[in-house]
Amino acid sequence: MFEFVVGSPLNIALILGAVLVTAALLIWVERRVLGFLNERLGPNRVGPFGIAQSLADVGKLITKEDWVPPFADKLPFIVAPIIVPVVMLLSFAVIPIAPGIGIMDLNVGLLWVFAMAGLGAYSAMLGGLASNNKFSLLGGLRAAGQMISYEVFMGISILGVVILSDSFNLREIVEAQHKNGWYVFPQFIGFIIFVIAGLAETKRWPFDLAEGESEIISGFNTEYSGMKFGLFFVGEYIGMLVLSALIPVLFFGGWYAPFGWLELPNAIISGIFWMCAKTGCWIFFFILVRAALVRPRYDQLMNYGWLVMLPLSLVNVLVTGAVVLAQGN
Amino acid sequence: MSTLFYLAAVISVLSTLIAITRVNVTHALLYFILSLISLATIFYTIGAHFAAVLEVIVYAGAIMVMYVFVAMMLNLGHATIDQERAWLKPSIWIGPSVMAGLLLAELLWVLKDTGAADMAHTVTAAKQVGIALFGPYVLAVELASMLLLAGLVGAYHLARK
Repeated sequence: MFEFVVGSPLNIALILGAVLVTAALLIWVERRVLGFLNERLGPNRVGPFGIAQSLADVGKLITKEDWVPPFADKLPFIVAPIIVPVVMLLSFAVIPIAPGIGIMDLNVGLLWVFAMAGLGAYSAMLGGLASNNKFSLLGGLRAAGQMISYEVFMGISILGVVILSDSFNLREIVEAQHKNGWYVFPQFIGFIIFVIAGLAETKRWPFDLAEGESEIISGFNTEYSGMKFGLFFVGEYIGMLVLSALIPVLFFGGWYAPFGWLELPNAIISGIFWMCAKTGCWIFFFILVRAALVRPRYDQLMNYGWLVMLPLSLVNVLVTGAVVLAQGN
Repeated sequence: MSTLFYLAAVISVLSTLIAITRVNVTHALLYFILSLISLATIFYTIGAHFAAVLEVIVYAGAIMVMYVFVAMMLNLGHATIDQERAWLKPSIWIGPSVMAGLLLAELLWVLKDTGAADMAHTVTAAKQVGIALFGPYVLAVELASMLLLAGLVGAYHLARK
């Protein structure tokens, strides 16, 4: 059998393939689920399991004219859509999937994800700025304000996990949870803030103010067509996948079976199974959120962030630190 | 690792030069971001992993986002590009170039006498950085926090007007 080592070419090929296929499948899953929940006509009727709808979508994306507006700023316009899928794939590289399965085992793994998420903000900003169009500019501005604000709470919310596990290394965080129990219980506030801020960071519903079809056409990607738009689209799905995989790693014990229940005999197979199961639950949760919630106004988004999330996350760090200090590590 | 170091160093110097000479503010900012990322790569190759990631998070990911944000708010059009082009006449470059060249010569002169730099890889863990910051350098941390507080209060005051 193959020897599984973190970062081996086999690992990289398998994970990259799995992520890209999952991201493509997610487009179908999301349309299908939303089709049932929102009574949308296309995705739950065309072809077997609504697959024809996704095939038609892909055909449309690939065959559409790839148009660069003459009034656009060419270099940033072309660079912008490339940034988000690249950055999201890079941040997936540090996610531990099972013992020995993963691409990178960085000591600063958690910070790496934040660094990449920070760079991801440029995609929407540059797209909006380079399009040279008022709606795109408004979308880009909204994206910038939203991402830079929610990045702050996202960063502070996981400090509690770092304090408890004493490490930035995602694998060590998973191992620490195996020893001390899931961090979702001691870090419940941090967990809630992380999920909300992460959702805002991926610019998914209900935080898609940067696109806001009913107000600013399609926001920062108004001028994009064909595969350039497709890259924004795929990048968003990979971002959702990264977030859905990061939540189990940080708060739900990663690849370990919940409370030792249903542990499969082989550690690697068991790890992959539980990691995929936990990630799948979160993906489904985010799709349900999209179907259930409405988009807030921009000032509501900002007030909620700075007046509710920031104080809560700071108090969370303070209390966690005080408790750990009182217990004497 | 040393090949990576030199590659990142060349990219860093080139992108900084290009950033200075651009007339379009967005392009200049893009090259500056590239320069910061290559700087982070340099930190990483010499073993300062924590500093490398912080460089990307704080400088490339947060501060430069604010710069691009301001560029978007002002929405500078072709008029500013023309203005910038008028300002950046070739004769303007002479003075700064001479001074920068002198500094470069001085730096090379100093570097000539120091021995070969030690690129040995002692990876500095985040914990060591923390211990250093809140041990011997705690005064500097406190001073920096006071500076940041002053900035925060100033920004609050300006926003109230």
